[in-house]
Amino acid sequence: MKNSKPMISVRGLEARYGEKVILSDIDLDIFPGQLTVILGSSGCGKTTMLKAITRLVEPTKGSIKYWGEEITQMDENHFQKVLKQVGMLFQGGALLNSLNVFENIAIPLEQHTHLFPALIERIIRVKLSLVKLGDVMHLMPSELSGGMKKRVALARAIVLDPKILFCDEPSAGIDPLTSSHLDELLLELKRKLNMTIVVVTHELASIHRIADRIIFLENGRLIFQGDLASAKQAHVPSIDTFFRSGRYD
Amino acid sequence: MLKHSFHEGLLRIEGSLVAQEIPSLHSELEAALKSKDSFNIDLSGLTGIDSAGVAFLEELTLKAAPKGALIIHPPSAEVQSVMDTFRSLDLPTVEPRPKQGFLESAGENLLIRLDSFKNAIMTASEVVWWSIIGIFDRSGQRKYSIVQHGLVLGFNAMPIIALMSFIIGFILSLQSAVQLRIYGANIFLADLLAVTMVREMGPLITAILVAGRSGSAIASEIASMNVSEELDALRMMALDPVRFVVVPKFHAITLVMPVLVLLAIIAGEIGGAVIAFGYLDLSVSTFLSRSFNILTLKDLIITFTKSTVFAWLIVIIGAHYGFQTTGGAEGVGKATTASVVSSIFAIVIADSLFSLLYI
Repeated sequence: MKNSKPMISVRGLEARYGEKVILSDIDLDIFPGQLTVILGSSGCGKTTMLKAITRLVEPTKGSIKYWGEEITQMDENHFQKVLKQVGMLFQGGALLNSLNVFENIAIPLEQHTHLFPALIERIIRVKLSLVKLGDVMHLMPSELSGGMKKRVALARAIVLDPKILFCDEPSAGIDPLTSSHLDELLLELKRKLNMTIVVVTHELASIHRIADRIIFLENGRLIFQGDLASAKQAHVPSIDTFFRSGRYD
Repeated sequence: MLKHSFHEGLLRIEGSLVAQEIPSLHSELEAALKSKDSFNIDLSGLTGIDSAGVAFLEELTLKAAPKGALIIHPPSAEVQSVMDTFRSLDLPTVEPRPKQGFLESAGENLLIRLDSFKNAIMTASEVVWWSIIGIFDRSGQRKYSIVQHGLVLGFNAMPIIALMSFIIGFILSLQSAVQLRIYGANIFLADLLAVTMVREMGPLITAILVAGRSGSAIASEIASMNVSEELDALRMMALDPVRFVVVPKFHAITLVMPVLVLLAIIAGEIGGAVIAFGYLDLSVSTFLSRSFNILTLKDLIITFTKSTVFAWLIVIIGAHYGFQTTGGAEGVGKATTASVVSSIFAIVIADSLFSLLYI
């Protein structure tokens, strides 16, 4: 895999909130068809990193390339074309509260394709069944549990069959069975659609199930990137602690 | 690049069948398929497909099924695997929710409003009861919370209330002065201004501004606490949310509202005095003596009574909508808006009832 060209390449990335530096000097590569897991203690900048890579937080320094094309200086129209190939599952789901489940998932299809309504309905049913949700199309987000919201949000994130899927803590607030099913789904998306997936998670079981590659962050700096086996042999104290106890101290 | 051909009842699709290609393929095939009695589909040339492509093929086969369509040449294993992932033919269809008729919808709305009114009465009685109890027994309330709320609800509102009242007093006098001057009745400006500001404009402007500024803040604060389970947390700490959250606000607003009304009246009078002295050439002593002489004790009692009632309405309505909130951030916004609209409506209704006392 090291010989293949990275799909996303980040060099010297820095991100700040005001004066506070959240990420500094980040160099990383995301390879096509791989599932990359980002790890790190709470507040180390994992979510900010996802947001910086997708320009939801504008990086203050550094370069981010998607398919070899620099996106940090890209104009908005051009960048929107890139974003159509990217899906994002937010930590809390981020469903639009004023729209029902169907309307939430239909937004990208209605805005970015010219498909006829019967097709849109069929695609949405498939995506909902993939995330193991049945007859919820007409429910409002306020009528869903936290786990259901997360799954609807995932259905929305994959509705355009994106080439890259970013997931911010997909297992948070979800029972172990659903979490394991989501892992299976992510693996299926990777295997069958060759989707490139980047996941922020703390779940040790999940990491063992899904990770092809691991990125460790500590205090806003990248301290390791590589496969799971190498991570375990890297002899980095915080990584060792994590794999020994399943948590950060 | 997608290609298709229709030859001797065989529809052959080649290339990548993805969302962008479907609208044009759909319009071309619709016309061609209408004239055919039966046809087969050859997918062996398909090199790629996405979920929209799978859905399109399913729609196509469903439409063509009565005509005997059959996929005779399956796609490659890779494409077949994607088709299996996105297969929707076995999924149950979702029936749309039946639409409500006009009467059904009107009846449901009426019941919801009656229920809401019943809840508002319950909240009001609870707030008033605990506020009376709270005067003697301060348990279940935080120390200095009345002072804190008094500052937020009252002191911080002073500049805007003073400014608005000054401007309204100024405008009112200017409009009246033009007419009064025609009839040489300049001196009556002081009477008119005093009666208007004390009886109506002072309490009304203050109440509307407090409803917009503090009523919305009360509703959104309680609504946010409700959706983020803070109220449940209070209940689990054996604290009554009404006593802990609402009663201090109720006490604070009861104390500060008359002060704010007095400020509004004085500011309005000053605004009017600018016109009286500058445009109508009234002397300060004439203006003051006419203003004080026209007012009675009854005016002042009614004014400060009704301003207190307005304040209670604002807190009770804000608390009611806050406690009724469901549905996250959107619910908080709705509760805040509903609370301001309802408060202003209730204030105007109450004001009209108080006006009857002047008959």
